[in-house]
Amino acid sequence: MLGWELPPHHTGGMGIVCYQLCKKLAQSGADIEFILPYTADFSAIDFMKINPALPNGAKEVLGQSAGSTYSSQYFKYFYSDGSTRGVAMDEHQKNYAEYAAKIALLGSYDIIHAHDWLTFRAGLMAKQMCGKPLIVHIHSTEFDRAGGKNGNPMVREIEYMGLQLADKIIAVSEATKRAIIREYDIDASKIVVAHNAMEFEPHELEDTHSNVFVYLKQMQTSGYKVVLSAGRLTIQKGLSHLVYAMQKVVKHRPKTLLLFVGSGEQQIELMNLAAELGIGANVLFTGHLNGTGKSWRDSFRVADIFVMPSISEPFGLTPFEAITHGTPVLISRQSGVAELLQNSLKVDFWDIDEMANHISCVLDNQDLQDTLIEMGQIELKNLTWDKSVSTLLEEYNKHINVGLQHA
Amino acid sequence: MPKRAIVLYLHVHQPYRIRHYTIFDAGIDHNYFDTHEGDRTNNADIIRKVAYKSYIPTNERLLRMLHDNQEFKLSMSITGTVLEQFEQYAPEVLESFKQVIKTGRVEIVAETYHHSLAFFYSRSEFEAQVKKHADKIYELFGVVPTAFRNTELSYNNDIAYWADQAGYKAILSEGWDPVLGWRSPNFVYRPAYTNNIKLLTKNYKLSDDIAFRFSNRSWEEYPLTTEKYLQWLNSSWDQPLVNLFMDYETFGEHQWEDTGIFNFLEHLPHVWLGDTNHTFMTVSEAAESFEAVDQIDVPHTITWADTERDLTAWLGNKMQQGSIAALYALESAVLKSNDAELLEDWRKLQTSDHFYYMCTKWWSDGDVHAYFSPYESPYIAYENFMNAYHDIQYRLSIKGLLE
Repeated sequence: MLGWELPPHHTGGMGIVCYQLCKKLAQSGADIEFILPYTADFSAIDFMKINPALPNGAKEVLGQSAGSTYSSQYFKYFYSDGSTRGVAMDEHQKNYAEYAAKIALLGSYDIIHAHDWLTFRAGLMAKQMCGKPLIVHIHSTEFDRAGGKNGNPMVREIEYMGLQLADKIIAVSEATKRAIIREYDIDASKIVVAHNAMEFEPHELEDTHSNVFVYLKQMQTSGYKVVLSAGRLTIQKGLSHLVYAMQKVVKHRPKTLLLFVGSGEQQIELMNLAAELGIGANVLFTGHLNGTGKSWRDSFRVADIFVMPSISEPFGLTPFEAITHGTPVLISRQSGVAELLQNSLKVDFWDIDEMANHISCVLDNQDLQDTLIEMGQIELKNLTWDKSVSTLLEEYNKHINVGLQHA
Repeated sequence: MPKRAIVLYLHVHQPYRIRHYTIFDAGIDHNYFDTHEGDRTNNADIIRKVAYKSYIPTNERLLRMLHDNQEFKLSMSITGTVLEQFEQYAPEVLESFKQVIKTGRVEIVAETYHHSLAFFYSRSEFEAQVKKHADKIYELFGVVPTAFRNTELSYNNDIAYWADQAGYKAILSEGWDPVLGWRSPNFVYRPAYTNNIKLLTKNYKLSDDIAFRFSNRSWEEYPLTTEKYLQWLNSSWDQPLVNLFMDYETFGEHQWEDTGIFNFLEHLPHVWLGDTNHTFMTVSEAAESFEAVDQIDVPHTITWADTERDLTAWLGNKMQQGSIAALYALESAVLKSNDAELLEDWRKLQTSDHFYYMCTKWWSDGDVHAYFSPYESPYIAYENFMNAYHDIQYRLSIKGLLE
């Protein structure tokens, strides 16, 4: 398994998905070795072997940002003689690939399973080296990350190579499958959809302490309602549409606050937009919050509605968290998770009027909130990893058998 | 000794579906029910579609059947909301119903004009709607109903008592086993605590063979022929009635023409009347022809819906309970307004279908196809309804009528 991050040292949903998926696969009998691009303490993971890539005699590799990971543009190599070297993303990716290929050649593996473009070079080199089938898993395409535009040509190139040369492609949603066919002209029969799930550990659901959002709690006692958005503040997430919708909501219902949890390059732009629209005092920003921390969870617990207005979202896990923590969700039809969640409100990301209508209806009607949550929580109990895990195991077996026939 | 009789009863209804109506429309646009052509909630489109698939062809056949078999009779209930829509969008359909009813062998059954659950929320509003319906029926067809059915065949001792006091000869209910116990639905009964009225109970097995199972290819009895059906009808040869109650739209809309449903319908009287001991009766006729064999006590409400046969499809969740209670809470203000349009809009919102669309019972099973609704989800149905409700509130408020 080739992946770019795992919790607790991660920044995005991708790390959580890899973690939960591997855990379920391991429980179903898969023997997994997971190759990561950085070193960190993963002693809590006992269901698979974690193998940090250590290229060129380095004894430790750290991402530039705290802890590591996905958003790091630079990596730092530490050598046993005490010296260090800074390495750019592109070079690190190549080193990671060489390391993975070496591991693939030395060990005895049946399948190479690579998650997203960052690991595709490694997947391709490993396949070339040991001749084993390569399965690539698409959590998002460059088209998604660029908010529905072409994005970085080099990334597209790598993605294209990976998709073309893989033996099988796993897409996290039907929408992602369509994007792969449309953007890269891949044969539909080569792609299978395995939806993500989100299974919570009991300790993640416990909360004995009071909510960290003391201000918001106080405002709610005097009739305010809280609209929540959580995630990176980036173009892909369609957040400016939400700010425009909020202007309409606030006009209808002045006691409404919008809380942005997360950081990103759009923060200043969104602040300016809110000010321009005259709702500056109604829009709050927390900055970055750790996705496994109490503040993150408390933001869902304090909110009256969670909105994910993504322009393009291959899947989108945050609605699962919101429902689990008792907050109804409004999600864009352009998100993969909209294919699954029945007990949610759905809107086209560009439809500001309808977005404002849904938000207002939820805030005005407690019965709607209660029913969405009650039914949503029942629904989530049934949305487990089981189906996707059996899809994956089936693909593994198919390709292992094909390999045996050739041998 | 009267002959054995089939009592065929068909229910005709369409609601005024609420259009996509947002909170930003409330207070500005008081039109809740009209939308552009092609929209899934466009009532005119739906009426014309169902007219073409069901009402016109079925009435054509009923007329022929009435003409060909002098003993063929049936009963119908037609709601006020569907009659109004025929007048507005498909006058030729209304004309065809008039012709069928003019034969004198089609009994019209009374009910609430707006196909509402008013009985459970406001007795005075309920009575006003039953009267409005009777007036409409007399105006259009020149007949006075003598039998009563409440919305969705909802039934309990109170409803029967009310209908008895109101002078009806017969009332209809589901022939639900937990209520009937060892008794058969093929007899006439007397509702508990009543003196005159008789109760006819739906034979749901034989009714649903036609209404639900007729075109089901995985049903072991598929395909259903009139000959096979006759055997089933004859299996209770020593019992006087077979009460076949169903939605009129079974013919052509729920079961499409290509399933052979029309031929089945048209063939049935020939096959049944082949035995000279067989006949057809209307509901009031059946009530008059047979003595009640026992009393039926129904303290809790039953309906003809779902496996539960209760009201949970309309009043099962908080959205349904909250919205209907909020609507009826406006009654006295609406009546005080002396505003006919406002009253009519408020009444159109009472139609039970609006609450049915908010049902979440089947929603999480992914079994969304079992569930007929013009809305994307029960939540959207609720939003449109509540926004329209808020506009009613607004209209009352500007008249100074909202407390």
